[in-house]
Amino acid sequence: MTFRFRDLLALEPLSADELTFLLDQSRSFQGIQRNPLKKLATLRGKTVALAFFENSTRTRISFGTAAARLGADTMNLQAESSSLKKGESLLDTVHTLDAMKPDCLVMRHASSGSADFVARHLDIPVINAGDGTHEHPSQGLLDALTIRDRKGSLANLNVTILGDISHSRVARSNIHLLAKFGCRFTLCGPAMWVPRELENIGPPGASIRRVFRIEEALEDADVVLVLRVQTERLHEPALSAADYILLYQLSAERLRLAKPDAIILHPGPMNRGVEITPEVADSPQSCVLEQVTNGIAVRMALLYLLLVGGSEESGQEAHPATEAPQPLSRRATDKKENSSAPADKDPSHASR
Amino acid sequence: MRIVEKAQLMSAPEIDRTLRRLAHQIVEKSGGTKHLALIGIRRRGVPLAQRIAQAMRGIDGVDVPVGTLDITLYRDDLSKVAPHAVLQSSDITFGVDQMDLVLVDDVLYTGRTIRAAMNGLFDLGRPQRVSLCVLIDRGHREMPIEAQFVGRTVQTSDTEIIEVRLREIDNEERVVLVDRQEP
Repeated sequence: MTFRFRDLLALEPLSADELTFLLDQSRSFQGIQRNPLKKLATLRGKTVALAFFENSTRTRISFGTAAARLGADTMNLQAESSSLKKGESLLDTVHTLDAMKPDCLVMRHASSGSADFVARHLDIPVINAGDGTHEHPSQGLLDALTIRDRKGSLANLNVTILGDISHSRVARSNIHLLAKFGCRFTLCGPAMWVPRELENIGPPGASIRRVFRIEEALEDADVVLVLRVQTERLHEPALSAADYILLYQLSAERLRLAKPDAIILHPGPMNRGVEITPEVADSPQSCVLEQVTNGIAVRMALLYLLLVGGSEESGQEAHPATEAPQPLSRRATDKKENSSAPADKDPSHASR
Repeated sequence: MRIVEKAQLMSAPEIDRTLRRLAHQIVEKSGGTKHLALIGIRRRGVPLAQRIAQAMRGIDGVDVPVGTLDITLYRDDLSKVAPHAVLQSSDITFGVDQMDLVLVDDVLYTGRTIRAAMNGLFDLGRPQRVSLCVLIDRGHREMPIEAQFVGRTVQTSDTEIIEVRLREIDNEERVVLVDRQEP
């Protein structure tokens, strides 16, 4: 298996095999989180630029920690201090960052498609850490890794997603990933947050249904993904917080309608007492903290793959030339024609 | 470039005999197996370590723990060989502190793999002693590293490759010397 993408902008274009490869590589990094010495030198001398044009704490810290544990340095650009506040365009800002010669750009931005736009203008790999309401691929991967660890497999699970799905890039990345393994989705929330179009966002043939009663949505669920409710979106007259709690809060009583071994995911930060009760959040069925730990493993794997590359057969010192050294320059975008000639200088971004 | 098989260095029974001899030597040198553990270096060091441990059971009746180590993240040539460095999991379920560890690999060549393996081990703790056991030592060292337990020493040229083929991985069992010839 070769990772054929130069960037990670979305999970939608990835095949089930490619997603499995990413999850397997992430698993290799899970063990390192338990080592007494967690810092590797694998990416020593590399710099990862973290550009968060939208506020973020956990994702930024997670990527920063992942980079640090691989031995890379980071450059940080945060929304608050950003020159965007002074009117600089997005493209000027990332070109400025790029001129400081990082080896990779991790970016979050409030506009859907922004990561793709930036990647088309830069030669370094770009990782999308959330673009508007489009995708949040590393979150989708860490959710899937958590589910696979608990359930043993991703195949044919019933996944219920609760909350504001229309605005959720987390929900989209989860659907794009899990649907490829045959998971069936039940989307549940107030009608304004679960529009009909969502039934068609998955790959062809994906089973996605909308349900407006939480009791019905939880029946037979293997996985319940609770989304954070943006409290600023809860207001009169559309929907008060009290009504949301009454109708859609995941409580222990409601959770009993799901399968007895159902697990709960939440991308955080949680509004305890709004979308989820503290009792459920702290229950053994809740995987919230595993998600956080797995996030670092997933992001280490992504940085490793995009900055160093990866395909079958870890090189063996004893036979250094059985595989001719590959030019690192533009990754193995096309493995077949990539034998030993210095091909592959094509800077085209495979993931576009 | 053509790959030409030049000679068979070991047959299956010879590999078996050699591993049993190495098992005896490791037990003898260690003065007991109480703190002893074997660490197979992925990939072919892993089945070799398991077989040596199996042989030790026959000698001392003691189960020596076997761990596996993936050195990919510790390589010093990632940026050169890389797109070929898919990570495998390391799997060492015992604590390495105070242990008497024997690294096991198929071929000792430049010594860089072993350098990487030691870095990996020391991220897990502080072993009391680390020694090295290889099936074949082919010379051409680039690091100050030597093996304490050697199956066979073979003189080789730069263009030659030693291929250890094991039934667990390659579906055959022998060691061959091959040569790369430019067309």
